[in-house]
Amino acid sequence: MELFRLTIKQAQEVVRKTPKQAGELLQALTKRIGQVDSKLKAYVRFNPNHIQLPKRSDQNAPLLGIPISVKDNMVTQDWETTCGSKILKGFVPPYDATVIKKLKEAGATIFGKCNMDEFAFGSSCETSCFGPTRNPWNVDCVPGGSSGGSAAAVASDTAIAALGSDTGGSIRQPASFCGVVGLKPTYGRVSRYGLVAFGSSLDQIGPITKTVEDAAILLNVIAGHDECDSTSADIPVPDYTSFLGKNVKGLKIGLPKEYFAEGLNPQVERKVKEAITVLRDLGAGCVEVSLPYMKYAVAVYYVVAVAEASSNLGRFDGVQYGLRAENSNLRDMYFETRNQGFGAEAKRRILLGTFVLSAGYYDAYYLKGLKVRTLIKQDFDRVFEKVDLILGPTSPTPAFKVGELTSDPLAMYLSDIYTISANLAGIPAMSIPCGFSRDGVTPPLPIGLQLMAKPFEEGTIFRAASAYEQATKWYEQKPKL
Amino acid sequence: MSQKFDIQQLAELVRLNLKPDERAKLSRDLEKILAYVEQLQTLETDQVQPTSHVLQIENVFRKDIVKPSKVRESVLKYAPKRSNQFFKVPKVIEET
Repeated sequence: MELFRLTIKQAQEVVRKTPKQAGELLQALTKRIGQVDSKLKAYVRFNPNHIQLPKRSDQNAPLLGIPISVKDNMVTQDWETTCGSKILKGFVPPYDATVIKKLKEAGATIFGKCNMDEFAFGSSCETSCFGPTRNPWNVDCVPGGSSGGSAAAVASDTAIAALGSDTGGSIRQPASFCGVVGLKPTYGRVSRYGLVAFGSSLDQIGPITKTVEDAAILLNVIAGHDECDSTSADIPVPDYTSFLGKNVKGLKIGLPKEYFAEGLNPQVERKVKEAITVLRDLGAGCVEVSLPYMKYAVAVYYVVAVAEASSNLGRFDGVQYGLRAENSNLRDMYFETRNQGFGAEAKRRILLGTFVLSAGYYDAYYLKGLKVRTLIKQDFDRVFEKVDLILGPTSPTPAFKVGELTSDPLAMYLSDIYTISANLAGIPAMSIPCGFSRDGVTPPLPIGLQLMAKPFEEGTIFRAASAYEQATKWYEQKPKL
Repeated sequence: MSQKFDIQQLAELVRLNLKPDERAKLSRDLEKILAYVEQLQTLETDQVQPTSHVLQIENVFRKDIVKPSKVRESVLKYAPKRSNQFFKVPKVIEET
């Protein structure tokens, strides 16, 4: 097999056996990028020269000599980090994000920075100042967003694995659109230190990988308490690989009727229902459940997330880093820097967020949003008294066309309807491939299945996802590039 | 629906020097999104506590110990404009 096709698990074995293969692996990926990335633009920059060859002394490092790519909103010391925004052009961070530090300590090479929607504001990877990333299965389609570059890189085998971040579905929806595995861990499971903040009560970093096993290996490395992030949970991290290869007999899976209602693409519905049959045949018990407040999730999100975003983006003023529009007047410098530096979607969210927080509207919008967030969380608490997992589609449709939704922000927001509630409730959720949508004319497009669990019960997701994956092996199918 | 916001005033608050065509477009987008969000008003929430954060975190304290920090030069190195160890900005105090 070509080296660039390896999973983390396979690369671990190859590099352990023959350490010099680590260099060859990097060369193979670099060559692969040269061959396919001009079509996809999954990367905004990559780094073939920083090869960290394995030393004998770190033989036990879990990611020894393995290249990992990261979304360009995780800061990397001495390596430009731009968040897909013009306003961060030229920003070279003086430190590594905790996840980057952990990857390096585990022996990984930070291989490349992946494209993303500007400040992670988007569901299609089209709001990046670097231009859109394309879907490896059909270059006329979007890869999803906002971690679209990370998902497209993994799907096109230009990355062994990648990290993304998820505020309302930004790991899971692109994973679904690109046919790869994406996990949003429980809020607080992974440190956010060094992740450029979008919605601080919702953001979470997680793995985007070729297989469920790789997601477990990567989560093992990045999870855990960090004194630099006071919202990271001080709860022990289990070995997530210990949940793999187990059966699902006796596992109780809830199927929320609201996830199979109007607006769901029929091919997505069929594939997700086939997946339910597979899990039933493997011994899981499936019951219908209800999350009545889920239909309000998008509305809550576009109050709460934008409020937090408008506050977080206040720091970009041209004084300390990134873009500055020179002016003889300080006030004009702020106004012009921000107007030139932020794209349309960022401006929309900053304005909206400031509006919902402003005097006279705070109670009606922001406080109301926080209260309905409680109702959504209580929905999950109630359902999880009866079931171990909740299953549904990740996205209502397969990947849409580039440009299809850019003129209608609300329609774009609604493509996250099934993913947002997990962020509002803080629970872990994974998207795994469950088949393809076919129209007989255009190339097949992947479909994703979403599994959600109680807080800090990622292990239960891994158990079911691993059993399903082994029974179906969708990951063996690759896009033709 | 009558417009609830003055886009120009909002742009002032968030320090954006919006161009006239941007103002019109963003105004329309915001109206549409707010009309969608309006559905939350139909819910009865008087007895519901707000959730601003999902984890039950109390204040997190650490010991107040002085530690060396050598980041000044690396922070200033890529500043848009600097003067010795300071960020340089346009003059804010008028000469008398």
